Amino acid sequence: MRKVISFILIVIIAAGVFFSLEEVPFGATKSRVREYYLDNGIKQTGAANIVTSVVVNYRGFDTLGEVTVLFLASIGLSAVLYRKKEERGKKRRESSLILYTGCRFLFPLILLFGSYIFIHGHLTPGGGFQGGAVVASGFLLTMLGCWGWEGVNRNRFKITESLSGLAFVVIGLLGLLYGGYFLFNYLPKGIPNQLFSAGIIPLVYIAIGFKVGSEIAGIINDMVRSG
Amino acid sequence: MIILEIILVFVMLVGAVAAGVFKDLLNAVIAAGFVSFIAAILFYFLHAPDVAMAEASIGAALTVAIFIIAIKKTKRFEEDEKGN
Repeated sequence: MRKVISFILIVIIAAGVFFSLEEVPFGATKSRVREYYLDNGIKQTGAANIVTSVVVNYRGFDTLGEVTVLFLASIGLSAVLYRKKEERGKKRRESSLILYTGCRFLFPLILLFGSYIFIHGHLTPGGGFQGGAVVASGFLLTMLGCWGWEGVNRNRFKITESLSGLAFVVIGLLGLLYGGYFLFNYLPKGIPNQLFSAGIIPLVYIAIGFKVGSEIAGIINDMVRSG
Repeated sequence: MIILEIILVFVMLVGAVAAGVFKDLLNAVIAAGFVSFIAAILFYFLHAPDVAMAEASIGAALTVAIFIIAIKKTKRFEEDEKGN
């Protein structure tokens, strides 16, 4: 009976969403901000990737908010899951030689790929969030394979996370000092499509990459250690 | 190409329903990760490679891993409504 009622409620909600969105043409745009970004994005920010120029430059302050949300989630999770060392009873389990060697071989390659994604965030698709997630998946691999289902000291992740968040805010505040508003792009723009271009965008994305990577790796580390 | 997308959407729907139906939570988590994986492929077909990258690494890998760690530390099988 409960299932039938919940199914009917879901159908009603889905019908409401469908009929309210039916009038809106899919994919068509009614705002002119898209044309503005496409016409002026490369000229104003120097970043070949328009998505990056929107995320880090035009909407950089919102990105700071997103990063803060991730930071709070990570801090809250480690506050809930924190357990002192002597309370953990389980012994470390050694992994087999093949697993150990394989994950030691793959770990630097995954780190290299993740750093490539966030360093080239202003040129190719991807950026700090994607690169950070790839780096965190490398740490997940080592936690499962090399460290024998046992995390490391979480202070390392917390220190990296705090320093990179601080770097983001300091880069933004320097913009306030040089250009008059937060996250002003005060470095030279350079030639588009080159690695050293787009002013502060690569610096901000490197900070975000370190921050997201250490946050997600820290969350997994807390989960692994908590039991 | 459009036929492939339609097939992928239906496979994704099957995975989503399976994630809700399975009583074994490990199977349900793997089905949910499969939905994320197909979503990443669809994002790539829709010319959004950056979103596809985020979906593949977070949705299909890290979320599944976090759920599996949580299942390992709690219970694996869902109980019936009468059972508790």
